[in-house]
Amino acid sequence: MPFVPHTGEQSDQMLSRMGVSRFRDLYDEIPDSLLKDEPPHILPGLDEAGVTRIARERAGRNEALLCFAGGGAYEHHIPAAIWDIASRGEFYSNYTPYQAEAAQGSLQLTYEYQTMIAGLTGMDVANASLYDGATAFAEACLMAVRCNKQSKSKRILVARSVHPAWRKVAHTLLSGQEIELIEAPMDASGRADFAPVDPESGGGFAALAVAVPNYLGGVPDIRAWRARADRARALLIVGFNPVSLGLLRPPGEWGADIVCGEGQPLGIPMSGGGPYLGLLACKSRYLRQMPGRLAGRTVDKAGKPAYVLTLQAREQHIRRSRATSNICTNQGLMVTAATIYMALLGGEGLRRVAAACHARACELVAALTAIRGVQRVFDAPFFHEDVLRLDRPVAPVLAALAEEGILGGIDVSGEYPELGHALLVCATEMRTSEEIGRYASTLRELMGRNLQSLGSAPCIDASDPL
Amino acid sequence: MGQHTRLIFDVSRPGRRAHAQMPAGEGAGPSVLPAELIRHRAAPLPEVSELDVVRHYTRLSQLNFSIDTNSYPLGSCTMKYNPRACHRLASLPGFLDVHPGAPEASYQGLLECLYELQDMLGAVTGMEAITLAPMAGAQGEFAGVAMFKAYHHAREDYGRDEIIVPDAAHGTNPATAAMCGLKVREIATGTNGDIELDALDQALGPRTAGIMLTNPSTLGVFERRILEISKRVHAAGGLLYYDGANLNALLGRVLPGDMGFDAVHLNLHKTFSTPHGGGGPGAGAVGVASALKPFLPVPYVEKAEGAYRWQTDSPHSIGRLAANGGNIGVLLRAWVYLRMLGREGLQRVADHAVLNANYLALRLAEEGFDLAYPERRAGHEFVISLKPLRDETGVTAADFAKAMLDEGFHAPTVYFPLLVPECLLIEPTETESPEALDALIDAMVRVRDAALSDPEAVRSAPHRMPIRRPDEVLAARKPDLAYAPALRRD
Repeated sequence: MPFVPHTGEQSDQMLSRMGVSRFRDLYDEIPDSLLKDEPPHILPGLDEAGVTRIARERAGRNEALLCFAGGGAYEHHIPAAIWDIASRGEFYSNYTPYQAEAAQGSLQLTYEYQTMIAGLTGMDVANASLYDGATAFAEACLMAVRCNKQSKSKRILVARSVHPAWRKVAHTLLSGQEIELIEAPMDASGRADFAPVDPESGGGFAALAVAVPNYLGGVPDIRAWRARADRARALLIVGFNPVSLGLLRPPGEWGADIVCGEGQPLGIPMSGGGPYLGLLACKSRYLRQMPGRLAGRTVDKAGKPAYVLTLQAREQHIRRSRATSNICTNQGLMVTAATIYMALLGGEGLRRVAAACHARACELVAALTAIRGVQRVFDAPFFHEDVLRLDRPVAPVLAALAEEGILGGIDVSGEYPELGHALLVCATEMRTSEEIGRYASTLRELMGRNLQSLGSAPCIDASDPL
Repeated sequence: MGQHTRLIFDVSRPGRRAHAQMPAGEGAGPSVLPAELIRHRAAPLPEVSELDVVRHYTRLSQLNFSIDTNSYPLGSCTMKYNPRACHRLASLPGFLDVHPGAPEASYQGLLECLYELQDMLGAVTGMEAITLAPMAGAQGEFAGVAMFKAYHHAREDYGRDEIIVPDAAHGTNPATAAMCGLKVREIATGTNGDIELDALDQALGPRTAGIMLTNPSTLGVFERRILEISKRVHAAGGLLYYDGANLNALLGRVLPGDMGFDAVHLNLHKTFSTPHGGGGPGAGAVGVASALKPFLPVPYVEKAEGAYRWQTDSPHSIGRLAANGGNIGVLLRAWVYLRMLGREGLQRVADHAVLNANYLALRLAEEGFDLAYPERRAGHEFVISLKPLRDETGVTAADFAKAMLDEGFHAPTVYFPLLVPECLLIEPTETESPEALDALIDAMVRVRDAALSDPEAVRSAPHRMPIRRPDEVLAARKPDLAYAPALRRD
């Protein structure tokens, strides 16, 4: 059921105008051995009602679990207006705004978005988006190596508490250019331990990278990072969560050079993991090394304000192999959603959302750590997530919670074996006290069972993971 | 336009709120955050009502062209209709509410769709395995080239550090090769639009990691000696990468695998009708021949014992490209599209895309426009050159494009491919009716006639759009990328 409007008669007339009698003849420059008369084997076509039936059945089979998981994707309230507007055909089905006169809406919106992200982070300029938080982090690392003229180093020192997927993606995207990520391990309080990797020694570093809040929920004071970056003549990259910045001091005030983040919390559904939104901002002195599109404000021939894509000489369609990145398509529609979200919430709304998330998370952590066999891993400030240590392996506990309709968090013991049986839990403004109570009572009941009944051996030593 | 160009920051009034969006309780509650970590003053975002927001962004939307409102004969971009069903069904709460950290057993319905999509994309490309992880064409290209490198290294062949790219290629191709740490070797296209085999032979050698090709090429013509090219590249020890940007010309008629390609990326936002969204998100699914399967980026969906799961454990993989499994919502839209299209619909897409392009090319040639490759059959797009018109009137391709906007048509792609002077690259897609094509031809003839009779009017176009031509030089010389009054830090 393709969306072809031609009547049979029209197609025939057009073919005969072309001097051919059948469609196959339109491929007369293609070697016969390559041309297929029979289409490849995929399922037969469905009408809209038919595909709707299947999609509903499958979507309906997905279970809605009560969500206490974060780790880079967060369940926030998404105001109704956001996707009503973002789904308008004029936003949904328009093209990259290369023809500025035909895309002033998207261009002005992008300029507003860049302004909002700059304001939120305390940075000078933001770009028009990258794919997701992980690729934004990778691009921040690549950018830092290009920007740092004082250091010849192609190494980046990254805190181990930065999202594991961000580090993996960065490794994938950086290794081609022989840029190396060196991990700074965590000390017992979750802070970076610089002793094994002194930034000032050895070959030096192009940049130091840390996240606030970090993957494990912690909100480190990063003044020490700034000081070490200065001494090592390295740039400071700071990862951030945009909702947390309703409440937390922005990375610009800590002296960050480049900041990157996952924009999903700004009105974008969790959607199984994407599409999300890569946030990137920097100090203006690094602007020319920024990857991706930038919307700029200028005037038209009549002197009226106008918006355009600008500084395109950085990009692949102009600079080709010397471009700052190969990115072309970005996450424009997610930018539309995030902009509307930030406009609706404003600074005060975002502060309240962030404060509510934090309060709910404090309540959650207090409720769960009141259970025997559950304790906090770090005695350090957190935003809306915290990592807890169980007295037994996490996976069977999470499986048992899922049986009760609860997504109890993320098992991070595989990524962070040094933390023991570690469970990352999260509460956003969406969680009510009743729901937190339901999680706590379910977990208490599970933890009260004998360990074997959860299908696992007891933990050997949970008291001292380091 | 008046108020339309006001910024949301100018609508802002201190103390105004979209009250329904404010969480109750003033955000008070327990806290473990030390005071020095707290922001002193609220983030400098607009202070507006919900109606302010709805009206502002609705008005902004009305300043855009879009497929839903205008024809987009934009070469190389495949701006076909984005079926509303794809959006509606991908937006079912059962899909949107899935947390990526949820147990796979809780979202088998979603994984089943993705698995089916992998299968269908494998069938239409003739590739052994598919990953849906790349979030755009450029990421798909990265995956492909990185896999080529990994493949050679796994064979302890470390000298292959060059990627061959035709001069007509998309800019992402050379940019990707550079990102992968490979050198780009450009080869010339012959006057008939095919690659020069001599130039290819000169470029091929023990340093060849592979070649990146679009077929039909960005000139809109099918590379007729593709089988010979693939034979020579393989004989030299290199691999072939298919940039799937132009697959719409071949869908269901020719499989990239049959042409000898070892890796393929598909722009789902082109051939498979997912929306462009003002620049994204897209998706760049990648398919590979069996020799490259061990290197596929993770994760991809596997089926074992009747259940679907993400495969992340693949020791030779080039690694991860996305924080999660890719642009899932975009993938679901492509799944809906392909399920509606079905087997019998595949060839209809390519057939009518090619029919429309050839019809347009023929009619425009009859009207006196210069086809860049008049002796060649067009694929799903074709190039015309306005050089004669410019020489006669001073009206450039850019001017012509701006005047097309006044006619209500999005401009064709201009100045790409770089080989053809003053070119327009025109791609109608299969979803435009013959009547819409005739209207496009009439508009192009009107603009051409205006260029001949009153060139200044065309050189100063557009006249009926929300803005006149913007000063791009000023924009680049004095970059204004954030609204300073909104950021004033007291």
